[in-house]
Amino acid sequence: MTSAFLSPSASSAGAFINKVLSHRGLTLGLILLGIIVFMAVFAPLLVPHDPYDQDLARRMLPPFWNPRANPAHLLGTDNLGRDYLSRMIYGARISLLIGFSVMVISGLVGTGLGLLAGYFGGRVDLFITFIVTTRLAIPVVLVALAVVAFIGNSLLIVILVLGLLKWDRIAVVMRAATQQVRSLDYVAAAEAAGASVPRIILREVLPNVFPQLVVVATVEAASAILLEAALSFLGLGVQPPLPSWGLMISEAKTMMFFAFWTIALPGSMLALLVFAINLVGDGLRDLIVPKGRG
Amino acid sequence: MSIPILSIRGVTKRFTLAQGLFRSPATLNAVNGIDLDIAEGEIVGIVGESGCGKSTLGRIVTGLMRLSEGAVRFRGQDITAIERRELARLVQPIFQDPYSSLNPRRSIAATVAEPLEIHGIGDRSERMDKAVAMLDRVGLPSRFASNVPSQLSGGQRQRVAIARALILNPQLIVCDEPTSALDVSVQSQILNLLMELRRDFRLTYLFISHNLAVVEHIADRVGVMYLGRMVEVAPSANLFAKPQHPYTRALLHSVLSPEPGAGVPDIGLKGGFPDPTNPPSGCVFHPRCPIAVHECAKRDPALMPANGGVAACHLIDPDFLEAPARVA
Repeated sequence: MTSAFLSPSASSAGAFINKVLSHRGLTLGLILLGIIVFMAVFAPLLVPHDPYDQDLARRMLPPFWNPRANPAHLLGTDNLGRDYLSRMIYGARISLLIGFSVMVISGLVGTGLGLLAGYFGGRVDLFITFIVTTRLAIPVVLVALAVVAFIGNSLLIVILVLGLLKWDRIAVVMRAATQQVRSLDYVAAAEAAGASVPRIILREVLPNVFPQLVVVATVEAASAILLEAALSFLGLGVQPPLPSWGLMISEAKTMMFFAFWTIALPGSMLALLVFAINLVGDGLRDLIVPKGRG
Repeated sequence: MSIPILSIRGVTKRFTLAQGLFRSPATLNAVNGIDLDIAEGEIVGIVGESGCGKSTLGRIVTGLMRLSEGAVRFRGQDITAIERRELARLVQPIFQDPYSSLNPRRSIAATVAEPLEIHGIGDRSERMDKAVAMLDRVGLPSRFASNVPSQLSGGQRQRVAIARALILNPQLIVCDEPTSALDVSVQSQILNLLMELRRDFRLTYLFISHNLAVVEHIADRVGVMYLGRMVEVAPSANLFAKPQHPYTRALLHSVLSPEPGAGVPDIGLKGGFPDPTNPPSGCVFHPRCPIAVHECAKRDPALMPANGGVAACHLIDPDFLEAPARVA
């Protein structure tokens, strides 16, 4: 199914791989994302130290380019003496987990609502548009604050809060895309052939709004990663001592003028990951939109 | 005429157009009280300018749109009472734009096999065999079967759409401008194909078009629509030889001549197409009519027998013409 979606005209997987490789942005994005995923998956094998191990005697060591650097800690240590490289590698896990889970949850909710609103129109559309507008009026950070106050914070809570709040953009994009596809004659032809509504939505509409879904879902994943970092920075996200990039920035903010790398390193990783995800989203969109008219 | 395969009676389709928060919604009668019978094996052409409601009529007949008033009967049975999948085996559409009527993500064999799948006919390989055979019948060799629409030309795509319409073996085909999106050289191929298929599959066509030459070539009878109404219906030869309604005459004059330098023909009509949400009083054609009389603005003419068919114009009504006082 997936390969049929991704390569409507290519006859084989080999041709598709060639198309991917000839798209520079996508290739670069996939390489960067691949490195970060590799780091996340094999974190226990890659890290030089336990990311939770504190050593107050070795706190605030600078990274390798500084003459005072300790060769055992390539990227230095934080204010509790924990190895920064190890925490950075483990941090990839949190960011990817958040990005992926939030994308799946919000993708399901948003695609469902968007397809229904766009396909049926009329009152269904008015109702769903109202829900979307209501949701847009709710500030994510305030909800996160309230939830943390009532339930306490954990990784699962962060994922649920973000996933159940960040479907709005996906719903809006899916609604518009569905409206467009719905008016096309191949949908009318399927109706005239007697196809049921679920069949039309799943077989005629969904495959044709999939490119837009890929793009908006990757943007959503990237923004969820940033939002998790922001929430963790505010102390509303994942809990210490979990090594989240946002939390690392938060913990380092008091030292930012004396040891800039404590902020710059996790910050650049965040930027790199978001950049890679956006490149992949754009590249996939370019590849899966059928060429030519129609 | 024996029992018509399709009988359209007083069909009206009303749309309500919201005009913003503080204005009352406008109603638009896209199709307004149409009567039409189509005999088995007949080709009935519907002509009229853009916005006259001819495509809406086609969509109602195909079951894609619900009518507001009136009834459409297929062999005497009301089509709103026919279950949708059952109706699909009786009436199938062919659309204008083969670039939007085929799902771009599906191979053409799968597109043609889709209706069979919906109706649970045969297993996967049987369906594919049938689809490939049908594609072959409409002039697409089997080597195209696994291609996607973007690899095909407009004419080839329209052949796929025709194959899809025929795969369920329907009796009535509603062709909504099936050649308008195609190159002139391809149009005649598609028309000839439709004629061949009519003979081989014993089909009846409702053929909607704005192209008068195409309709004259293909149709047995022609209906002329204006602003949601049928203003004239007559056998094709009669209509083109001796049009009765002034709108039909203007329409026939509007055909462009291939003569270089001939320019755009003067059709002798005043004004533009009226606002369909606010139709003119009396005969809806009277503001543009070159021969309108005082009475035309007051009273809506009914269809009356003329020229082997019917036409709706006061000025062909002998009773009306005999009362000279009315002709201002």
